[in-house]
Amino acid sequence: MITNAILILLLPFLAFTIQIFVGKRLPRQGDWLSTGAMIAAFLLAVPIFVDAIVNYQPDYIIAQQTYDWINFGDIQVTFGLLVDNLTAFMLIVVTLISSLVHLYSIGYMHGDSRYSRYFAYLSLFSFSMLGLILVDNFFGVYVFWELVGVSSYLLIGFWFEKDSAADAGKKAFITNRIGDVGMFAGIMILFATLGTFNFNEVFTGIANGELSGTMLTVAGILLFMGAIGKSAQFPLHVWLPDAMEGPTPVSALIHAATMVAAGVYMVGRAYVLFTPEALLFIAYIGVITAFMAATIAIVQKDIKRVLAYSTISQLGFMMVGLGTGGYTAGLFHLTTHAFFKALLFLGSGSVIHAVHSQEMDDMGGLRKKMPITFWTFLIGTVSLSGVPPFSGFWSKDAILASALEFGMLNPSHLGIYVVTLLSAGITAFYMLRLVYMTFAGEPRDKEKYSHAHESPMTMTIPLSVLAVLSVGTIWWGWVEHLLAKPDLASYAGTVLPVPHSGGHDVAHSAHIIAMISSVIVASSGILLATTVYYWKKISAETWGRRLRPIYNLLWNKYYFDEFYQATFVNGTLWKARLLAVFDSKIIDGVVNGAAKLTVGLSRLNGAFDMRGVDGLVNGVATVIAWSGARLRLVQTGNIQNYILMALFAVIAIIVIQQF
Amino acid sequence: MDNVLTWITFLPVIAAVAILFVPQTSKNLVRSIAAVFTGLQLVLAIWIYMNFDAAASGFQFMEQVKWIPAFNIEYFMGIDGLSVPMVLLTAFLSFICIFASWGIEKSVKGYFAMFLLLDAGMMGVFCALDFFLFYIFWEVMLLPMYFLIGIWGSPSRTDPDGMVRGGPYAAIKFFLYTLFGSIFMLIAMLVFYFNVQDPVTGGHTFNMLHLMDQANHVGVLDDFNIRLLMYAALFLGFAIKVPVFPFHTWLPDAHVEAPTAVSVILAGVLLKMGTYGMLRISFPMLPDAMKWEYFAYGMAILGLINILYGAFCAMAQKDLKKLVAYSSISHMGIVLLGMSGLTSMGMNGAVMQMFNHGTGTAMLFLLVGVIYDRAHHRQIEGFGGLANQMPIYTALVSIAFFAGLGLPGFSSFISEAFSFLGAFGSEAFDLRLITIISTLGIVITAGYFLWTFQRMFLGELNPKYADLPEINGRELFTLVPIAVIVILLGVYPAPLLDLMRTSLNELVAVVNAADTTLLGLH
Repeated sequence: MITNAILILLLPFLAFTIQIFVGKRLPRQGDWLSTGAMIAAFLLAVPIFVDAIVNYQPDYIIAQQTYDWINFGDIQVTFGLLVDNLTAFMLIVVTLISSLVHLYSIGYMHGDSRYSRYFAYLSLFSFSMLGLILVDNFFGVYVFWELVGVSSYLLIGFWFEKDSAADAGKKAFITNRIGDVGMFAGIMILFATLGTFNFNEVFTGIANGELSGTMLTVAGILLFMGAIGKSAQFPLHVWLPDAMEGPTPVSALIHAATMVAAGVYMVGRAYVLFTPEALLFIAYIGVITAFMAATIAIVQKDIKRVLAYSTISQLGFMMVGLGTGGYTAGLFHLTTHAFFKALLFLGSGSVIHAVHSQEMDDMGGLRKKMPITFWTFLIGTVSLSGVPPFSGFWSKDAILASALEFGMLNPSHLGIYVVTLLSAGITAFYMLRLVYMTFAGEPRDKEKYSHAHESPMTMTIPLSVLAVLSVGTIWWGWVEHLLAKPDLASYAGTVLPVPHSGGHDVAHSAHIIAMISSVIVASSGILLATTVYYWKKISAETWGRRLRPIYNLLWNKYYFDEFYQATFVNGTLWKARLLAVFDSKIIDGVVNGAAKLTVGLSRLNGAFDMRGVDGLVNGVATVIAWSGARLRLVQTGNIQNYILMALFAVIAIIVIQQF
Repeated sequence: MDNVLTWITFLPVIAAVAILFVPQTSKNLVRSIAAVFTGLQLVLAIWIYMNFDAAASGFQFMEQVKWIPAFNIEYFMGIDGLSVPMVLLTAFLSFICIFASWGIEKSVKGYFAMFLLLDAGMMGVFCALDFFLFYIFWEVMLLPMYFLIGIWGSPSRTDPDGMVRGGPYAAIKFFLYTLFGSIFMLIAMLVFYFNVQDPVTGGHTFNMLHLMDQANHVGVLDDFNIRLLMYAALFLGFAIKVPVFPFHTWLPDAHVEAPTAVSVILAGVLLKMGTYGMLRISFPMLPDAMKWEYFAYGMAILGLINILYGAFCAMAQKDLKKLVAYSSISHMGIVLLGMSGLTSMGMNGAVMQMFNHGTGTAMLFLLVGVIYDRAHHRQIEGFGGLANQMPIYTALVSIAFFAGLGLPGFSSFISEAFSFLGAFGSEAFDLRLITIISTLGIVITAGYFLWTFQRMFLGELNPKYADLPEINGRELFTLVPIAVIVILLGVYPAPLLDLMRTSLNELVAVVNAADTTLLGLH
């Protein structure tokens, strides 16, 4: 199995290397190479997955391999691959969706001037993402974390001639880096305390109490900061909507299904190290994100932006699940969301491909023109909205149950459940709004409508496959089976008795209440959306006018971008300019000033030397010369003058002697 | 091979002398001589790399001859795991730079002769084991550098603020600043000379191995205040070279005014002499002073300031070369931070960072040179959309930029990450807060590199540059080898790390075990 794991990692990398150097010269610009590598990776992941299910044990390690990487003498840093249940599960999700998106891209990107480059980047992303889920240590996670970030940067800015695309790429990378700094700090704490990056060694160390209390909470929250960036959680969510500047298949793969879920995966992977306090933090960040993004999605007009905010919101749901103790629920939602959200994005891509616009105002009535797209999209929508028996219902229900159970045990945190439930209702509302505005009613732009057509097979086949995967009554059982919640105690060597907190009664009643309430909110959301956007019994425009301040707030996405621009971005630029001026005027000014002072002093010194010291020397000489010149006059050579002078001298002596 | 260090140091001198006998008109012959001899030097460096026993402690390839017996001054050469990476870096970059200088047309003979003398001086600094000899080599570098910047740099000009800037100004600034620092080094050296007993003869000595052995320290060296003063004096001398804030302002001027190859050497090799000096001289000779917490925290805080201050200043620059210059200040801060924690991880990370910054920044300066030769200016805002016009050049720039911002897969990521980790995990001092604040530098660094990349390469092509030619073969020949090293060491740093580990871990052990009773610490 380890060979499979290594090949899964290496195949996309190989495809990337070949594509980046000679992609343009390959037949069909090498699209088959990247796609083939991905499908092969999927086929290699299948046996791993089957193995995980067939030979199921809670902490079953399917394959493991460690290599020496860096040796500092006293500390060895290894790099290894670890395939356990969680990895097996993620592998199948990522390789499957990635394969489908590769296929879809062949149709969608057809004729692009950088076609081969696109597939190269896609392979780079697949390699990085697979590395992220295969490595066995935190340092490796950080490495691949950054690499998925850079692939995302390259793909968001793929059409870099557009300033908005270039801006979005940069924004995504830098926003993510802010989270990454926190994550790196968390890793530093773990490493400084436990002396290792390896997952199992870290968890064992924590189980043995080598790191605990506040420091462990802090480490957990810092690690989670990475997830806040990567999974676009509040307050670092601002990059994801802009990331829609990238090609739509990229939005589906990277910015909906896989990379943004990396934060959720990481929380799941490191689950045992999060203290209750850290988990509570995660839950609150999740619920804020879920609600905030869902409300923004209500008013957006760009089809991809609605889906982007929906993604942010759903990632918030996953965090709520994880944070409230629903480990399985959170990761289950990761999977179902990956399939139905990839489906929705690819469906929206199909629509955009047909009408050459992302504005829902240009759409309407497309149901007749694009039946496959419509029906698959509808399946994705009801799944996301939480309609039974579609997959999204089961996973969202699990999250709500987890939040409710947590709330029942900790009544002061019951708000998490309430707001999450409300967000679930809003989700159903905005998704149905989207469907009605796009596919139902009369076409609003006749011109665009008349050119619209169903997409080619390479695009509709992936849609159909994903639609099948989104119908998922069969899901719940095996996921729960495969993804049992890990227990820190199992790392301590001795199996400790598990303290029974709430017991089964609470869990059972929570589950029933959650299920009923989630059906109620979902149907209310759907009903309301239908009333407003299909039956048109309530006018959205009138209500928009009546609630103008709220509408403006949502339309402007709570002014996060403006706030960040005014504070952090401008603040940083301002600080940079200030320091640069300080550097050239003050620091260098002192240096130049010292130089000038020295020059000035030396001039003064020179002047003193010339006029003073040398002046004295010259002065003596001048005096002597002058007196010499004067005295010279005495020597006339006339004997009478000498006698006269001698006479004066004798007289003078006589006079002086008188006194 | 006997006397390999003498050969590797003095080969460039032979070439410089040979060049003097070539007629002024045979420019290509002059260039070829320089290329052949630096090539031979590189071969010797590789030979040293192959034959250096990385597991052995102490110095290797030693040569020891009496030089000025009256003062017990020796011609004493030898290298350990700290010097070998620097020797490799010097030989490699000198060879590359000969090709980057191929386009120099102004007094070719003088240029290459000066360049080769500079090369010899640098190599000598990294090989010398006699403090006096070290000092001589240190000063020998100054003069050729002065002329290279002053004569072959940009011409003098008067800026709007009334300051006269340009090559001559930058040259004299560099010269005086370094000389100012060396005076302090000279004083410390003389204090050592008069207060260290040669264990054999009992006389004064400049022998660094004797100087490192605390048992030989007598006289005023037993006074802790003197030791602190000496440490401070040495630090000042070396800090100017790194350069450490606030002694750094010679660097942007020197880099901007110097010709491309000289900037490469300046940033790639000369800056490392500062930190090399600290590790070769200050740390082992005054280990107890390094354990004085004011010095340790001071060094870490200066590292932090360098990282953030350099990054902010880089962000504000409009001239691409100046941006790269400030990024050097920022990246050298990481070296200081890594060293200050006195952990093996931080120390190895720091010295790796010295090497990796050498290669990375060399790439950056060479790339700046490429665009300057074509567009005749370096204003970031003046470009735009070059990605489609010069795709290969753009690819190389993105490699250099991503390496610069510490992306995994590129060498500087490893060294930066482990410098931070080493400092954070320091047992001698609590540098956790300083390290965490320092890591914010990686956000700002990503900011200025990506912003610059966007302004120069993305968006619509500036029509002014619609016929800018793509990077040529000679330029590729200078850049591709560096890019390969940057990527290889990024994926697998062991070849570099294995060289230095033994020596550096010994150094860390020596400093950590330093007798601090004089200090009153326990």
